[in-house]
Amino acid sequence: MTPTNLVPKLQAKDMQPSLSIEEQTRHTPLIDLQGLSLWYGESQALKDISFFIRERLVTAFIGPSGCGKSTLIRCLNRMNDLIDEVNIEGKITIHGHNIYGDDVDVIELRKRVGMVFQKSNPFPKSIYENIAYGLRLHGVKARSDLDSIIEQSLRGAALWDEVKDRLHESALGLSGGQQQRLCIARAIAIKPEIILMDEPASALDPIATAKIEDLILDLKKEFTIVIVTHNMQQAARISDYTAFFYLGELIEYDPTAKIFTNPAKKQTEDYVTGRFG
Amino acid sequence: MPDPTSKQLTGWAAIRKGRQRRPGEWLVERGIFLVSLSAIVVIFLIFAFVGNKAWPVLIGQTDSSRAFKAIPVEDMAKHTPKELQAYLGVTEKEWNEMDETARRTLMEVKVEEAKENPTDKDAGLDTTTWRHLLWPHQWTGYDKPEYIWQPVSPISKYNIVPLIIGSLKATLVALLFSVPFGLGAAIFVSQLAGPRLKEWLKPGIEMLAGIPSVVLGFFALIVMATLCQKLLGYESRLNAFVAGLALGLAIIPVVFSIAEDALTSVPRSFTQAALALGSSKWQAAWQIVLPAALPGVFAAVVLGFGRAIGETMIVLMASGNASIVSWNLFDSTRTMTATIAAELAETVVDGHHYRILFLIGALLFVVTFVSNLVADVVIHRLKSRLEGKA
Amino acid sequence: MQNGPPARGRHFRAEKFDVASFFFSGLTGLATFLILAMLAVILANIVYHGWPAFSWRFITAGTEKDMFDVNKAGVLPMILGTTARVIIMTIFVIPVGVITAIYLSEYARPGSLATRVIRGAINNLAGVPSIVFGLFGLGFFIAFVGGGLDTLFGNASPKWGKPALIWASLTLAVMTLPVVIVATEEALRAIAPGLREASLAMGATKLQTVIQIVLPQALPGILTGGILAVSRAAGEVAPILFTGAAYYMATLPKSLSDQFMDLGYHVFVLSTQSPDIERTRPILYATVLVLLLLTFALNLVAILVRARVRRRMRAAH
Repeated sequence: MTPTNLVPKLQAKDMQPSLSIEEQTRHTPLIDLQGLSLWYGESQALKDISFFIRERLVTAFIGPSGCGKSTLIRCLNRMNDLIDEVNIEGKITIHGHNIYGDDVDVIELRKRVGMVFQKSNPFPKSIYENIAYGLRLHGVKARSDLDSIIEQSLRGAALWDEVKDRLHESALGLSGGQQQRLCIARAIAIKPEIILMDEPASALDPIATAKIEDLILDLKKEFTIVIVTHNMQQAARISDYTAFFYLGELIEYDPTAKIFTNPAKKQTEDYVTGRFG
Repeated sequence: MPDPTSKQLTGWAAIRKGRQRRPGEWLVERGIFLVSLSAIVVIFLIFAFVGNKAWPVLIGQTDSSRAFKAIPVEDMAKHTPKELQAYLGVTEKEWNEMDETARRTLMEVKVEEAKENPTDKDAGLDTTTWRHLLWPHQWTGYDKPEYIWQPVSPISKYNIVPLIIGSLKATLVALLFSVPFGLGAAIFVSQLAGPRLKEWLKPGIEMLAGIPSVVLGFFALIVMATLCQKLLGYESRLNAFVAGLALGLAIIPVVFSIAEDALTSVPRSFTQAALALGSSKWQAAWQIVLPAALPGVFAAVVLGFGRAIGETMIVLMASGNASIVSWNLFDSTRTMTATIAAELAETVVDGHHYRILFLIGALLFVVTFVSNLVADVVIHRLKSRLEGKA
Repeated sequence: MQNGPPARGRHFRAEKFDVASFFFSGLTGLATFLILAMLAVILANIVYHGWPAFSWRFITAGTEKDMFDVNKAGVLPMILGTTARVIIMTIFVIPVGVITAIYLSEYARPGSLATRVIRGAINNLAGVPSIVFGLFGLGFFIAFVGGGLDTLFGNASPKWGKPALIWASLTLAVMTLPVVIVATEEALRAIAPGLREASLAMGATKLQTVIQIVLPQALPGILTGGILAVSRAAGEVAPILFTGAAYYMATLPKSLSDQFMDLGYHVFVLSTQSPDIERTRPILYATVLVLLLLTFALNLVAILVRARVRRRMRAAH
């Protein structure tokens, strides 16, 4: 399936006033999910999910706990491979390459699809080493290169000014919000094309959350961002597209403005207006 | 469609390099797996090498009576050196160091010895058969059939029943002593003590496990034996009772830690529900937690049994080492482990005595293997059941 | 905290005072107390009687004069022998134990047959009587491996096929393998799973994650395992009875194929073979004290490190 024949389908539904034709060509579909189903042993966690994610936009996954949104985001860089007894059917293609194909090297995939987790998880090393670790894995060895990329990515994560004088102190000494931004810096340092964020601000206070949100809006100029969130205001504030999941099914996928103002499905409306979930 | 991302496409094509392109890592990971099989290999080797030495006894290939049919000196050439070594009771090394004259002299001595052999019905007996290992025999000079372990005598007597009884006696005392204490302490530490007290008590009891068994044996021999004799006034200073007490000290930490672990794995909600209904902490522990953890307590006792029956130095030093068949706990006693430890060094390599000691070792291995297995299965079931409920 | 006392008072009234509960709780407390008391009595007894003969001369003198004489005997050869066998054991057991633990914690699929069999073997190995390890050492290391080496090199008289330092150490390594595996695995499991995920999500391979992220974190746990194994092995006598310990040696062992004198075995010798137990008693106690100091110091370190690891595990999950 090529992106071109997907665009008319979306137009047919006519649900995206926010994206002009010009914008559509700029933000072509990047990740394409086709009939994705996933089982943990006997129980089915994702049911026949098909949609596409456009590049250099923020796409939010929302839905009540256990709806499969975290499971789905972990399919995009194949983190679910780590769990035994997971069975996956269907296809996910990125730039037309099926990432579940037999010939795929997961390591290469994960270099291109970065991830930030719910609980900030910096390595118990220095701030510098936290970022240098990923760079060294991918062959950046020279000290000068490391220095410049590390500065770049810390600036990119709006953390440079706060930590430039203590790069060689333990990352565990940072505040929760700083740790999470360090994790983002660590992810962008290896220059992925896509960044997955699994509830990146759920453990943070409002001020730290606001900083992360600003950062995300800034990052989407360069990266395609997929974010799972519990917080509907957050989804409304930062995302261009929103996918609503319920019990493993994709209920609705539309421009965020439409999901929050004029949802097509009753379930979506109930959820975004806080009637359940 | 026009392809604005052609540069990236080549980049993304790189993800399809195929899976196994890191032969180094693949090799290392195979290596890790192979090394992890070491425990299995060791168990197998123990089984093979201890079993191998005991095997001839099991299938009746040993014959202790042969030593009593004298081989005339002139027939020496008709026998292989191996046979002669076994016949003369010398090791291969000793045999090699002897010259021809020395060998002939030894042969003559043996012939003389054979003349002095008791000529009664027992002389030609093969005492390494199952019949004689397990059942009593009326030896010459005895007025009834008896179980006798007496490997170093004109007619070697290899009845292992006295040793089994000895081991069981010491183990019984050890369990009677350690289970109430270990279990009591486990209940106290896991259910009744506060968290701060607990942090002190657990390492304290674990420290007991750090005392080497030879030190406990020494303590039993030098201090406890005298003390117990004064208090209880029995006859032989070293006996199953003293050895059992010291053995009990050694296995209290085993019983304690397994039982404590089982009790702790009972979900806290059980206790809280009981406390909310107005029962006391003790009632909750006794009526709710203990029954739920009972299999774990059983496993603790089984493991304690396995540990006690296999313990060597304590019983070697404190039990008195007389192989008497008696259920009296205050009689001097000899266990299976102590017998191996005390006698193996004196035996002829690959002789009957040597092989029978290995047989006892194999028996111990099997007994502890089974008790471990039972405990393992019980604990596993208990844990998965409690987790399922929780 | 101000409401503490009244709240507790209410709580106490709410809980019916029950004689049986009080009695039985007391009983379990008493059992705990008595265990610790027995431990204290043993230690106090040994320190009390061992201290007078415990001197610098005692731990630095050899036994060439008279091993049963209070004024001449020393334990240096035994300390060195025990240290040597424990160090050699560590060299063998740590790599094998740690690698096995890595497999079990990082690679093994929990329910698979291979994992279950490996775990079963480790549990069983932990329960094999120490004397059986002695028999195994004699049958496998000395007779099979050692004898094989002698045949291979064409030694006329056995050089390897007899009790020796190396065989005693290897026997102990086999015996303490489960201790190292269990302690290391516990340490590996204490590491927050998030760290592994973070590393993998950055495109590290599993092996890179294990070596660069997981292992450095597990170091204290590996250390604990090593120390526990050492402290357990240091006091073991039964496995070395036939595999290397010597009743008496005029000189220190010079090569791996020599026998050695050993602290624990010396305690056994002094307490059972002495011509005059009353006269030997002071050095016997002092020898026990040395052995205890050695094992307890190691144990204490292990317990402290392990407590730290466990606290961190609780924090991580």
